[in-house]
Amino acid sequence: MSDRPSLLDLALTFNHIALASFGGGLSAWSREVLVAEKGWMEDEEFLSAVTMCRILPGANQVNLAVFVGVKFHGIPGAFCAVFGLTLVPVAIALALAYFYFQYHHVPAVQGVLKGAAAAAVALTLSMVFKTGRKCLKGAVPIAFFLAIFVMNGVLRWPLLACLSLLAPLAIAWGWPRSRNAS
Amino acid sequence: MNLRTLTQILLLFSSLSILSIGGGNTVLPEMHRKTVADYHWLTDKQFADVFAISQAAPGPSILIVTILGYKAAGVAGALLATIAMMLPAGMLVYLVSRVWEKAKESPVRKAIEKGLAPLTVGLILASGWVMSRAADHDWRAYILTAVCTALFSTTKINPIILVAAAGLVGYLGWV
Repeated sequence: MSDRPSLLDLALTFNHIALASFGGGLSAWSREVLVAEKGWMEDEEFLSAVTMCRILPGANQVNLAVFVGVKFHGIPGAFCAVFGLTLVPVAIALALAYFYFQYHHVPAVQGVLKGAAAAAVALTLSMVFKTGRKCLKGAVPIAFFLAIFVMNGVLRWPLLACLSLLAPLAIAWGWPRSRNAS
Repeated sequence: MNLRTLTQILLLFSSLSILSIGGGNTVLPEMHRKTVADYHWLTDKQFADVFAISQAAPGPSILIVTILGYKAAGVAGALLATIAMMLPAGMLVYLVSRVWEKAKESPVRKAIEKGLAPLTVGLILASGWVMSRAADHDWRAYILTAVCTALFSTTKINPIILVAAAGLVGYLGWV
């Protein structure tokens, strides 16, 4: 295993991950760089951290940067890692925002965005397939899945209301049973 | 730009930060409801466009909030929205990461891992649904979405290539 990285290393490494993942695959790139290339974590620790980052609120990649930053340098480490991860993408997002709101009425831009929006929705739907394949086994999880989709997506109930109603039930369902029951 | 808008940005995105269980995409319907219907920062169609742009751009997908903040209150709004969306969730990760490994066998961790998973998937589907409605898709766009979904689900194609290709299809006026 390598030495403890400096704060600058953290920022530069997460900047590298952000740029490498241009167009997606941020998770895959994170593993490639953090585990394979830098040797900062073992695979097991990486997977456990990714699971935690998925469950907790917040963007998974930002959360992972916080986790790795904290691991090496506490709170300053978290700030450097997140800063490295987001600085260039935020600058790009600002530039895109500027151009979009200047030119969105141009018909050609409208056409491009209409097509791109269809693909962006597809990217979201494919996440449903990829993540649902593992956890939607059985009537109860499917019921939870459908219930929150209808409440939040179709009926447009506020998210806080949906979660206050369903999260306690879901956690109670997920509570490990005694050995003989499982 | 004014103080009231900045306050709305701060309160909205910091609360969404804490509610975004399972990742930034799960709060898109809520983000859409507040920024379009409540605050009128942008139109339905613009929200769909901004979503498409943020999905194609590099970096964490929550950077849609940078663009929304920019529309509401310029560069200051963009930076405030970005920080507000990351800080509360980041603090929670900081707290939990200190006990996570030790809690490996705890029933609380197992229950949360197992129980919240189907809710997260449901919320992501809700995002896809709301975004598709916001973009005011017609049948041709739905076909394009279906084709792209199949490709994303079955191949390892780089998303930016497919988003760009779909953009080209749109540019040619086929959707």
